[in-house]
Amino acid sequence: MNEDNNIKDDLDFWATNSEEGGWNISSTDEGSQKMLEEEDEKQIKIQTGSDVVDDYVYSEETTDDERMIVNMGPQHPSTHGVLRLQVELEGEVVRRVKPVIGYLHTGMEKTGEELAYFQGPTNTTRMDYLSPLFNELVFSLTTEKLLDIEVPERAKAIRILMTELNRISSHLVALATGGMDIGALSMMIFGFRERELILNFFEKTSGLRMNHNYIRPGGVAADLPDNWQKDIKEILKIIPEKLKDYDEMLLDNPIWQGRLKNVGILTTEECFAYGITGPSLRASGFSWDLRKTQPYSGIENYEFEVPLLTDSDVFSRWRIKVLEIFESLKIVEQVMDTIPKGAYRIQDKKVTPPPRQRLDESMEALIHHFKIYTEGFKVPPGKAYVAVESPRGELGCYIVSDGSSKPYRMHVRGPSFCNLQALPVIMADSPIADAVAAIASLDPVIGDVDR
Amino acid sequence: MSLDEINVEIDQYFKTVEDYKKDGYEMMIDLTAVDWYRKKEPRFEVIVNLLSVSKNSRLIMNVPVPDEDLTIPSICEIYPGANFYEREVFDMFGIKFENHPELTRILMPDDWTGNPLRKDYGSGRIPVQFKNAPKVD
Amino acid sequence: MFSPDNIFTTTIDKAVRWSRTQSMWPVTFGLACCAIEMMAAGSAKYDLARYGMEVFRASPRQADLMIVAGRVSQKMAPVLRQVYDQMAEPKWVIAMGACSSTGGMFNNYALVQGVDHIVPVDIYVPGCPPGPQSLMHGILTLHDKIMEGEINR
Repeated sequence: MNEDNNIKDDLDFWATNSEEGGWNISSTDEGSQKMLEEEDEKQIKIQTGSDVVDDYVYSEETTDDERMIVNMGPQHPSTHGVLRLQVELEGEVVRRVKPVIGYLHTGMEKTGEELAYFQGPTNTTRMDYLSPLFNELVFSLTTEKLLDIEVPERAKAIRILMTELNRISSHLVALATGGMDIGALSMMIFGFRERELILNFFEKTSGLRMNHNYIRPGGVAADLPDNWQKDIKEILKIIPEKLKDYDEMLLDNPIWQGRLKNVGILTTEECFAYGITGPSLRASGFSWDLRKTQPYSGIENYEFEVPLLTDSDVFSRWRIKVLEIFESLKIVEQVMDTIPKGAYRIQDKKVTPPPRQRLDESMEALIHHFKIYTEGFKVPPGKAYVAVESPRGELGCYIVSDGSSKPYRMHVRGPSFCNLQALPVIMADSPIADAVAAIASLDPVIGDVDR
Repeated sequence: MSLDEINVEIDQYFKTVEDYKKDGYEMMIDLTAVDWYRKKEPRFEVIVNLLSVSKNSRLIMNVPVPDEDLTIPSICEIYPGANFYEREVFDMFGIKFENHPELTRILMPDDWTGNPLRKDYGSGRIPVQFKNAPKVD
Repeated sequence: MFSPDNIFTTTIDKAVRWSRTQSMWPVTFGLACCAIEMMAAGSAKYDLARYGMEVFRASPRQADLMIVAGRVSQKMAPVLRQVYDQMAEPKWVIAMGACSSTGGMFNNYALVQGVDHIVPVDIYVPGCPPGPQSLMHGILTLHDKIMEGEINR
């Protein structure tokens, strides 16, 4: 212990320590060891970082030169958007973290109260901009639950097809940006290259690469384009091959493993305490997927498995995304083979406008069309909450209707907002270099956090 | 999957949540509020959404907040994940949460005045000016 | 190659302008949806490296161009201005997308209705979000503007 204290006095403390190999904090620093013991008593740390302030008063346990507060963001290349973190460092070890959010607050819940139900997906699609179709889906499902209508089977199948493709593209971006954060720059190029394939299909179907406004209350905006099976077959052929490339490049790569394994542990108990769902929960060894447990839009008709990993570290959170892409591809293939014929939106005059050619023939159809697109359809009073499994976890929508054509209150439960609360837990007591890997593994989308 | 909805009085709120936690509702999924401005008494209602993964059921709790004192107990001790949600409700509706570890604005800047999601707070729409539009003094 | 026969002459003005356009480094200022399209423009298929722009600088001091990609909230506005002030002259700004150009569909309390309230904007790129092709068209238009405009900024 004496020897350790001598080292501590040395100015070159961290350099010496790293020569000895590893970040053996508890043996060299009494203060931090005491802190760790205290934390063991509480099973779940309530670590909000609320005591990280700029005029931090140093405790007696630490000397002045050891602790400092570093501000990371809001404009920072590896925080996945405009996330700001106040990081309290002791040497190079993160002690406390306080996420500061709100730099992308767009007031979408307020705007949602001003837009009619048929305009709603235009608004919600811009929340989680990596998985826009899920936002449209959850808003449409909630509105349909309030209206008490059931969409045709073909519309359901199209919705599943599009959202599962969207899950693939979202995971590809997560893998790409996550790889870039950790230094695997080829991964960035690869991920975006494969994403283009799926975006081309989206552009063909809905007219836009992102923010589609394609899934609407009552069905979808348009039918699938001609020869869509050809594009899907191409996607089904190319993406598994490329995923094998990723595995070849990274899975057995000792640098990648050493960088990610046993880093950023997030256990199942912590997931429960913070309400964290999605890949992070499944990577901690708890199988929970709303597609299996609370199925929506007819996804129970397709066969797929829920991947499960038990290591609960950054590596398994990265790996589970790759495995989920394979499962989504399975669903896409089944939808392609079994898609039923029929209408792509509900044939209910209350919700659906008349087809274009009827407008030239019938005055009533024209009036009806005009009424739907100016006033909107009325939704009976009530409350509804519907949740779907988005690429990041449970995405829920809570709508309160007062009987008019606009929602009285529209609230979206974004998964990233909740998952971000785990950052202080994951990042605590790990080197600052691992912090970037931890942020990337949670895959937060700030548009979804701030709304 | 089952979805239950119950109404809870404010003095029973903390204990009810605690009981449901013991009863197997492991996760707090969502916490939000509704402003019933001039539609209903009392004006504000806090909505808590709990999820039980073991029983595969959801529970939605409606808690009316009395008008004279917009204060409600914080459930951060029971569910640490409620932290951000309660700050969001405080920011957007101005409802205070007792015993919250850090009750500050979360989405809006710290020096902002007003609570944007209240019904008597305007949406802040700026009229769009087109070319050669008549000038308003 | 560099024999006395291969001399070409030009004006200093033209050489300076040309060199400004050919290695214009953008600052990473991704805010929202448009940032993803900006990243897509920088990666394999669209390949911004063709214009010498593949290095998105994390530090504003090394950057010439700010692509404001996404909606600017009231909370972000001071940060944006600070990053702009930290950039060294000469500097240009592209407002990418409807939100940063005019506020877009979110005409409400939270957003700055157009980033030109805070910083001077050279090029507005329409779209929600603009595709990578649109962004590249905006960049090429900016190149034309630099080639023809004043050399002193």
